[in-house]
Amino acid sequence: MEVLLEINDHDLNLKATELRLGLPGSEESEKQSSSCVKNNNNKRSSSEMDDPRLNGESGQESDHTPAHKAQVVGWPPVPPYRKNFLKKKLESEGSGMFVKVSMDGAPYLRKIDLKSYKNYFDLIKALENMFKCTIGGFSEREGYNGSEYAPTYEDKDGDWMLVGDVPWDMFITSCKRMRIMRGSEAKGWSCM
Amino acid sequence: MDPNPKKPNIPTPDSAISNGSTHSYSLVPDEVLEKVLSLVDSHKDRNSVSLVCKNWYNAERWTRTNLFIGNCYSVSPEIVARRFPRIKSVRLKGKPRFSDFNMLPRDWGADVNPWVVMFAKVYPFLEELRLKRMTVSDESLELLAKSFPDFKALSLSSCDGFSDDGLNAIATHCMSDLFPFEESVEVAQIMVEAVADCNSEFVLRCREISVSNVKASSEEGRYSTEKSMVSFLSRFSTSWTYSKVVLLDVSFLEHEKRNLTELNIQDNGTEDIGGGWLSCFPDNFVSLQVLNFASLNSEVSFEALERLVSRCKSLRVLKVNESVNLEQLQRLIVLAPQLTELGTGSFMQELTPRQYEDLEISFRNFKDIQALSGLWEVTSLYLPVIYGACAGLTFLNLSEAALQSVEFSKLLAHCPNLLRLWVVDTVEDKGLEAVGSSCPLLEELRVFPADPYDRHHRHGVTDSGFLAVSHGCRKLHYVLYFCRRMTNAAVVTIVQNCPDFTHFRLCIMNPGQPDYITNEPMDEAFAAVAKTCTKLQRLSVSGLLTDLTFEYIGKYAKNLETLSVAFAGSSDRGMQCVLEGCPKLRKLEIRDCPFGNAALLSGLEKYERMRSLWMSACNLTMKGCMLLARKMPRLNVEVIKDEESDDSQADKVYVYRSIAGPRQDAPPFVLTL
Repeated sequence: MEVLLEINDHDLNLKATELRLGLPGSEESEKQSSSCVKNNNNKRSSSEMDDPRLNGESGQESDHTPAHKAQVVGWPPVPPYRKNFLKKKLESEGSGMFVKVSMDGAPYLRKIDLKSYKNYFDLIKALENMFKCTIGGFSEREGYNGSEYAPTYEDKDGDWMLVGDVPWDMFITSCKRMRIMRGSEAKGWSCM
Repeated sequence: MDPNPKKPNIPTPDSAISNGSTHSYSLVPDEVLEKVLSLVDSHKDRNSVSLVCKNWYNAERWTRTNLFIGNCYSVSPEIVARRFPRIKSVRLKGKPRFSDFNMLPRDWGADVNPWVVMFAKVYPFLEELRLKRMTVSDESLELLAKSFPDFKALSLSSCDGFSDDGLNAIATHCMSDLFPFEESVEVAQIMVEAVADCNSEFVLRCREISVSNVKASSEEGRYSTEKSMVSFLSRFSTSWTYSKVVLLDVSFLEHEKRNLTELNIQDNGTEDIGGGWLSCFPDNFVSLQVLNFASLNSEVSFEALERLVSRCKSLRVLKVNESVNLEQLQRLIVLAPQLTELGTGSFMQELTPRQYEDLEISFRNFKDIQALSGLWEVTSLYLPVIYGACAGLTFLNLSEAALQSVEFSKLLAHCPNLLRLWVVDTVEDKGLEAVGSSCPLLEELRVFPADPYDRHHRHGVTDSGFLAVSHGCRKLHYVLYFCRRMTNAAVVTIVQNCPDFTHFRLCIMNPGQPDYITNEPMDEAFAAVAKTCTKLQRLSVSGLLTDLTFEYIGKYAKNLETLSVAFAGSSDRGMQCVLEGCPKLRKLEIRDCPFGNAALLSGLEKYERMRSLWMSACNLTMKGCMLLARKMPRLNVEVIKDEESDDSQADKVYVYRSIAGPRQDAPPFVLTL
């Protein structure tokens, strides 16, 4: 059992050092579903990739959030008409999450619906398109270093945060508005 | 419709004569045969009857009034129209079941329109239409609304494609206009007499009247084309016309009964549909008995709904949607204490003590209530208002209410007569223990996951909850159970407690998860189900499973008709065992299993005796599928192309028998091989 857990730690470390947006595993859902198929001969490894902690222990709840579970299309087989119910019960209410986005130097602001994006990657791409700029990739250590722009947001407490630190679901519920910072201010800031 | 290859064990007329017997089937007069056959309801029996001899085939096709088509592509509207001239009620199913889980791309098909067009031409006396998993456009609903003067019941289950406009049309045209129809029959009768008397003047007069009325009624929009009206008229035979005249006299007195009685929309998708349709029911429309719009997102006019409920005294099933609040619910149920099934609206509203009391009393006033559902956002505070209605309840659907075990247990104490129970796993094992102790008559249990994607790490239910239910509810025969862990030992005990399972659907939500105590595969569990439950008709397996599971299923599940498999098996042998073993298998749906071409091809003849096979994310290649298609020309072998997958792999394969040949309406991403 310990050996297997070690291997998993290895996996997670590799993923954590990868330079990309979002939580380890959050973009990988499609890839992982296909690897689920290929790994059918070795059932243990596919289920472990999903959530090592859940399989290792006999029912103990872990305190910290485990790696974001890979979501396989159409599984579990819960019909779509029940999804309305699920959304309401467990996540915040609200029809659409429109937030203002300002960019330093731009003459007017834009509004985007955070609920129309699935993850940070899609959001950043959309912002890059909308404002014709390059924001680039996120890393925990260096933020958006290398880019002239840094996407920031104002959270529920009124603090200005760098986009990308918290899980996507948490981000969309706490983001009140966004600002794309630019220039030396951004560079200096993201190095902190 | 369903080519049943079993030859009935009945001697033919020839052999009867040669045996010296004086009984021969050809001596049974047609009228007697038809009279007897008109009492046969089951479509399976009728299919057998039609195989006896040509006479019986004809007698059967003239007397069949209920049509059941399990796969709309297995046959074409033209073929059906040719064989069955007198259909009054139709049940039609379209997409494969996995479409419920987003596994089918949009616009895959199963459009009901060609069917409705045919019905309008060939079955003008259609009374009931029940559709499941079909795409129903507003145009189809409009055609439906205007084409059938006798139409009574429309049921749409898991259908999509329609909006407020389509439902508007149904509501607007819900009442038939009897008089023009009566007149047309009278004219036909006079015409027939005139022909017999060689009275050419009358014949010409009748013809003139008819021609002008054909134009008039097609302007009304009652029939889709003049041509269809003419062909409709041509179906009058003498005796049939006279019988209709007689019936018309009787039914004229029961005028109300010729109008819409049922509008039932279930499990609709998440599309937003307006709510204006409800206001389109005419003010003098009083015949509604069943109204179910619980799954629609529409915001309907409450005033219109209240008026409708108050004038439809025969209403027995009312299931409203979330837009109706508690105060409004109260106003509705005082108008309809005769209801046998109630689906409430939202329970999220602050009530004054007086309002609470009124609601409690209203629920107590239900004398005949058998089924209760809805209860969105109900809390422990307001749940007790329904207690008064629970004594006679046989079906309680709490699948929209995330109850905790405490309030759930209290509720169950009031429901001793429950036969069917649907709950969410927020009640946890403790809640299920209460089920075991409070509901000894329970026959069906469905436990849905509140958190299927495990985002919030709820406990949900486990093996111990299921065990508790099986100890207390020995009559359990239908279970749908979503859980995060299970053991072989628990399942073995469960089926020993309840050996009468006909439907066993166990979903261990983590794909390929073993027994959480022994870490063994779950083979033993499903082997026990297959062996012990001899009446098993439907099985869904899950968890870590090797080929052994399928060996047992093939060997013991002799009555199995539907099997669903996901993330299971170790090799082709698994699927082969099932195909070689289960003699009554009709539907097989498989996803993410290591079954390849060899497995697919081991079931050649079997597929013609089945309704359909679905395989996705397995190891099938285009070559394998093409080989199947070549060897079995009466099967439609369809591959749904995924943009990302490579061309030689067959990622989603749907195989079904059909006498209509390949689909004419296949979208570009569906390849028929």
